[in-house]
Amino acid sequence: MSVFSKILTALRGSAREIGESVVDNNATRIYEQEIYESKAALAKAKQDLTLVMAQEKAALREVERLNKEVSRFEEHALAALDKDQELLAIEVAGKIAELESERALQEKAASEFAQHITNLKELIQQAGARIREHERELAVAKTTESVYRATESISQSMGSGASKLGNARESLERIKQRHTEMADRMKAAEELDAELGSKALEKKLAAAGIGEQANQQNNVLARLQAQRKASQPAAPTTAQPPAADDGQATI
Amino acid sequence: METELDQRIKAVAAGLEATLGAVEVERITGDVPVFKLTVTGREELPMFVTQAQSQLLCICYLWTEADIAAARRTALLEAMLDLNVAIPLSSFGRIGDKYVLHGALACDAGVDDLTQDLLALSDNAVDALVAMADYLV
Repeated sequence: MSVFSKILTALRGSAREIGESVVDNNATRIYEQEIYESKAALAKAKQDLTLVMAQEKAALREVERLNKEVSRFEEHALAALDKDQELLAIEVAGKIAELESERALQEKAASEFAQHITNLKELIQQAGARIREHERELAVAKTTESVYRATESISQSMGSGASKLGNARESLERIKQRHTEMADRMKAAEELDAELGSKALEKKLAAAGIGEQANQQNNVLARLQAQRKASQPAAPTTAQPPAADDGQATI
Repeated sequence: METELDQRIKAVAAGLEATLGAVEVERITGDVPVFKLTVTGREELPMFVTQAQSQLLCICYLWTEADIAAARRTALLEAMLDLNVAIPLSSFGRIGDKYVLHGALACDAGVDDLTQDLLALSDNAVDALVAMADYLV
């Protein structure tokens, strides 16, 4: 069964409440123990592997040494035959036979070691995979447990008051409303800023005698002055009241 | 006692403030340490950061089973599955009867990564609520 299937089974097993343990704590401990033991076995297998590899190398070295010895004695035997020393040649042949049977033993040992190495490597690979799988399973289980515990803490902290996990739609409405309010406030602030900003500027311009307002004021003044000038073309002083005129008075 | 994670979360909150506005950090005591980050203006969708075994989880609770319109439940679940892959940095999930959006990071995730994840989570949560409103009562 996959890790995820096991978790789903655990989650759906019964009508579980938040805060209840998702994973059987006892099972978790057994799992941890299994991982621990697998790791120990793995370390031991790796140690064994290095030992067997060393033994294989030693056996192969011995085979090579024996090969050289056999060649050397074969040469000696041939030399003895060349010199018609048959008895000596027989003795050397005996030695060669001895070396060859020793070589056969070493070759057999080397091949056994090689087989052992293959087995150990397979074992190590399998143990490694099993540990990885167990660790992953444990991590998923513990994470699930941790998430449920955290949710329990969060639920308890939200237990009372306004921070309680409320109705989702109401939450949404509140967030939306707040966003609208904020957007409105920002817009209003912008408008106010623009208005105040432009008014302040207009005032400054007017004070400097620039702009529409200043011009308008000047224009009105100029018009009035012109009007006045036109109405009293010959008046020598302004102290005297303007001559009464019936036509003008009706205006 | 302030842990290394406390410091990291504080730095993350400061990073979030630059984009989202004021962020309040609260440490919730319990079996497992949980940090609550509340963004001003999004008080209904606080985010929680907790260390769970080999990862840091950033969780935002969206709605509960009770919020779902019964007749549209399957459609909601399908919509969540359809959206799940496309949502940047966050995924839908469920804890007990609570539906969540969550992001997961390695335990040693840096301040920048956490900030990025939480920033996405906050935006995603608001979006999810808006998008799924039709399925809720």
